[in-house]
Amino acid sequence: MSHYSKLHKILDSGQFAVTAEIGPPKHASAHGIRHHAHMLKNHVDATNITDCQTAIVRMSSIASGVHILDCGIEPIVQMTCRDRNRIAMQSDLLGAYSLGMRNVLCLSGDHQKFGNHPTSKNVYDVDSMQLIYLLRRMRDEKKFFSGEEIKEHEPRFFIGAVANPFADPFEYRVDRLEKKVEAGAEFIQTQCIFDMERFERFMEMVRARGIDQRVYILAGITPLKGWRAAKYLQTGVSGMLVPDSLVNRLKNAQDQKREGIEVAIEQIKYIRENVKGVHGVHIMAIAWEEVVPEIVERTGLFPRPKADLE
Amino acid sequence: MIIAQQKPIKDIAAMVSDCRKVALIGCAGCVTVCLSGGEKETEILASAMRMMRRLEGKPLETVTFTATRQCDPEYVDALEGLVKDVDAVISLACGVGVQYLAERFDKWVVPALNTNFIGGSRVHGVWEEKCGLCGDCILHKTGGICPIIRCSKSILNGPCGGSQYGKCEISKDVDCAWQLIYDRMKKLGRLDKLMEIQPAKDWSTSRDGGPRRAVREDVMIG
Ligand code: SF4
Ligand code: SF4
Repeated sequence: MSHYSKLHKILDSGQFAVTAEIGPPKHASAHGIRHHAHMLKNHVDATNITDCQTAIVRMSSIASGVHILDCGIEPIVQMTCRDRNRIAMQSDLLGAYSLGMRNVLCLSGDHQKFGNHPTSKNVYDVDSMQLIYLLRRMRDEKKFFSGEEIKEHEPRFFIGAVANPFADPFEYRVDRLEKKVEAGAEFIQTQCIFDMERFERFMEMVRARGIDQRVYILAGITPLKGWRAAKYLQTGVSGMLVPDSLVNRLKNAQDQKREGIEVAIEQIKYIRENVKGVHGVHIMAIAWEEVVPEIVERTGLFPRPKADLE
Repeated sequence: MIIAQQKPIKDIAAMVSDCRKVALIGCAGCVTVCLSGGEKETEILASAMRMMRRLEGKPLETVTFTATRQCDPEYVDALEGLVKDVDAVISLACGVGVQYLAERFDKWVVPALNTNFIGGSRVHGVWEEKCGLCGDCILHKTGGICPIIRCSKSILNGPCGGSQYGKCEISKDVDCAWQLIYDRMKKLGRLDKLMEIQPAKDWSTSRDGGPRRAVREDVMIG
């Protein structure tokens, strides 16, 4: 079987995958992201490049992806439905593929209300479910979103999506994941897991319906720098669940940052040993990329497999 | 109905600061029901403006009238005599009424209201948006709850990952439309309907297709 990307190949080989995240800068220099890419290069299989996350203007995910690729990491280009209509999306997808991008992660995108341009218009011409479906159709049926034929060189992306087991209505979250798989999602990255009990309940339902046999699921892990960060996620971000016990554990720690790293390591070990149906981890060390290598090494996930595409 | 709210009076006054005589035209349609541009509001605005200008030492003369509907040429025509010698016309109708007046009279016509949305009232004094005028209604697929306008992202296959405790990610005061849709479909025993992937919408029937026009030949006269 041929593979769409290196990440696809690693997941297909049954190895536990490791992805991380690099946030593009709020300026026009690639210095920082290149630095982070060099730092993560040997420790991850691919990195997400966020697409103006939280609706804050940043360097484009595709342009950043070119830098990351140049530094030797396979990018996962995030594409939100907030900022582009279907014409701009396809144009960017064609361009991204031509520049060597092989993974796309489809998401709705955070509403612009909390970003740095709250007076802007949003687009939402298509939603994330439709984007997944249309992207798959582009690849497998060689069709533009409109249905018009793509005569040659259709983009052949490995298609990703997100799932949030911590949002509501909880019972529907597994349905929606299944719907995304039906639409064409091949790998899933979850929202940051802090409430392990809820994640386990979610995975139980996923397994009961055999969804883990149809899609690769990467568990989202975020090391927290301290109790304030935990508290902020608990109260300030919709769709996050952070147990008080975690906030308190960080609060009572001598060295909160160390403790944050320890928690992340424990979570990954726990998931690998106890939660069936998980095929990898997605480490979102928000503005803290430098801790990823240690986390990967101490969870026994280093060295990463070599997977060159044929 | 159309929901509109009055602009701050100082903004309205600024639009006619160089006028000595103005006509304030209310509308007996939607804006009367939503208490922003009916007869009562028209009289109150006129007297408030006169008072304001008197205090400024630049008295303003006003004439007032409330049309049956400003969105109908028949009722607009009847205003001819009233607006003949005024320097400006202040319309207390929605944006449609303002445009009908501007189209009909060679006068400086200004809006007194901000036209907000189409919706209805929840309780006295609270109005809610219900329809985004997409031109191709899909309420039969979403349990009678409009995701186009009531979901902050117009998601057709919701809810997004920001939905929590029944509220939308944009505010704890905004219900998540998709939570409402889910609850209602569940109650009706139709959750299976939500498993169908709703295709990308054809927005050409919406404002994206350009200004719209509806024609009913069967009721046209002549
Ligand atoms: S689906 Fe379209 S027509 Fe129907 S309520 Fe929503 S916006 Fe209005
Ligand atoms: S939280 Fe609900 S209403 Fe708000 S954008 Fe998401 S799906 Fe739409």
